[in-house]
Amino acid sequence: MDTPAFNAIEVRELVKNYGDLRAVDNVSFAIPRGSVTAILGGNGAGKTTTIALIMGLVLPTSGAISVLGRDMLTERYSVLARMNFESPYVDMPHRLSVRQNLRVFGMLYGVTGLDRRIDDLAAMLDLNALLDRETGQLSAGQKTRVALAKALINAPEILLLDEPTASLDPDTADWIRSHLERYARERGATILLASHNMPEVERLCEDVIMMKAGRIVDRGAPQALIARYGRANLEEVFLDVARGRGHAAGDEAEAEARP
Amino acid sequence: MTGESVPLSPSSARRIAAMVLRYWYLLRTSWPRLIELVYWPMVQMVMWGFLQLHLADNVGLAARLGGAFIGAMLLWDILLRGQIGFSISFLEEMWARNIGNLMMSPLRPAEFITALMVMSIIRLAIGFVPVTIFAIMFFGFNVWHLGLALAVFFANLILTSWALGMFVCGLVLRNGLGAENLVWSLTFVLLPLACVYYPVSALPDWLQYVAWALPPTYVFEGMREILLNAVFRGDLMVQALVLNAVYFAFGAFAYLRMLTAARHRGSLLQVGE
Repeated sequence: MDTPAFNAIEVRELVKNYGDLRAVDNVSFAIPRGSVTAILGGNGAGKTTTIALIMGLVLPTSGAISVLGRDMLTERYSVLARMNFESPYVDMPHRLSVRQNLRVFGMLYGVTGLDRRIDDLAAMLDLNALLDRETGQLSAGQKTRVALAKALINAPEILLLDEPTASLDPDTADWIRSHLERYARERGATILLASHNMPEVERLCEDVIMMKAGRIVDRGAPQALIARYGRANLEEVFLDVARGRGHAAGDEAEAEARP
Repeated sequence: MTGESVPLSPSSARRIAAMVLRYWYLLRTSWPRLIELVYWPMVQMVMWGFLQLHLADNVGLAARLGGAFIGAMLLWDILLRGQIGFSISFLEEMWARNIGNLMMSPLRPAEFITALMVMSIIRLAIGFVPVTIFAIMFFGFNVWHLGLALAVFFANLILTSWALGMFVCGLVLRNGLGAENLVWSLTFVLLPLACVYYPVSALPDWLQYVAWALPPTYVFEGMREILLNAVFRGDLMVQALVLNAVYFAFGAFAYLRMLTAARHRGSLLQVGE
């Protein structure tokens, strides 16, 4: 059962241990439908693991995850066709052309009118000149655009992005952000992204979850966080949180983070 | 319960076709991959063909072998190439760092495995058919004359190869590409034990029990019965089929368990050695 009233993503008391290491420590949050939310944190904060847990690529030690009202431990195949993701931890087959890759993933996701969809994405992401080139021959920026095309091939209701503009030059990164903004607005999609890039988060996101050592340490709108910490921008807030100084979020943030 | 053992759905055929198309795109544009499919079977067949000719000229008993060496080599290649064909398609995903994309797509494990099976048959056909024609032309051995028996031999050997393929792919999923060498070497453990080139009676008594626990042993014994005595042993084939059902179920179970273990360990995020 899923109705528009449901949150897009709900995570409850999520724990992930790798041996003695606790990568995600009792994390709970809810992401409303149609929102753009960032998970911010330094290296090892648990951002990527949290996203991988939501996608089902990693299984939790304990806790519950539901996406579009479905339990991701037992019903993930009923929602995977309505989600998609982009991550620097995966590539697309290098020897296949861009068009071939998009065709294969379109078929996997059950896209109807696939040729038309590929043409639309190629026009939207400026891929027309690249469609018949091998994916492995493309530059980093071009590959990111292709990865984004793959992530949008099924017009997902939920888009999970792990550092979507990492290793891109500022111009290409800005270009990608513009398309993500447009997609979220036009599709009404829910976007959850993990990022180190503070200007990106300030621009794209209406909600920020701050993680440190596997725990949520604060949460709020970018401007609210900046005001709460008395800082000029989100980067300074990030540094306060990373170095354990300034405003201690405490119970207030934990209460806010609770679904 | 992790949701991995979901049965096939009506959309499964489309997703299986997508994966077969993905491997076909790769294969048809890569001449080294195509040549590799024919190269080793051809080398093996030439070597065993000349050995058989030599024995036939010099040893009276060997003259009655009736193509048993070449036949054994061709059937062995079904087993070996079937497993490697299955596993190498899987390895392509690991090498391309594409496994995460697939695992987070709607592609079910059963569909992925089915696509790997289809590809193992396609790859096998590309290598096997030219080699059998070569065997007819140069050594006068026509494996196709086995007719229905060949189909039964093939079915049994390919089932064993898929069972081994699922097991070894599960190991690679769980342990990363450090386990890749098993893809190339695992099946060879069957070469002496499954009595490919000699009868089971040539083994020590205690080792014969091991041999009879392996489905391919029944196939190679059955092949010798046909070639040397012109008798088709249906009983051997039924026993092989029953054993194969057990091996196949174990292979699928092991693959799913190791996939779940990989998801627990987070190793799908860190594809590599």
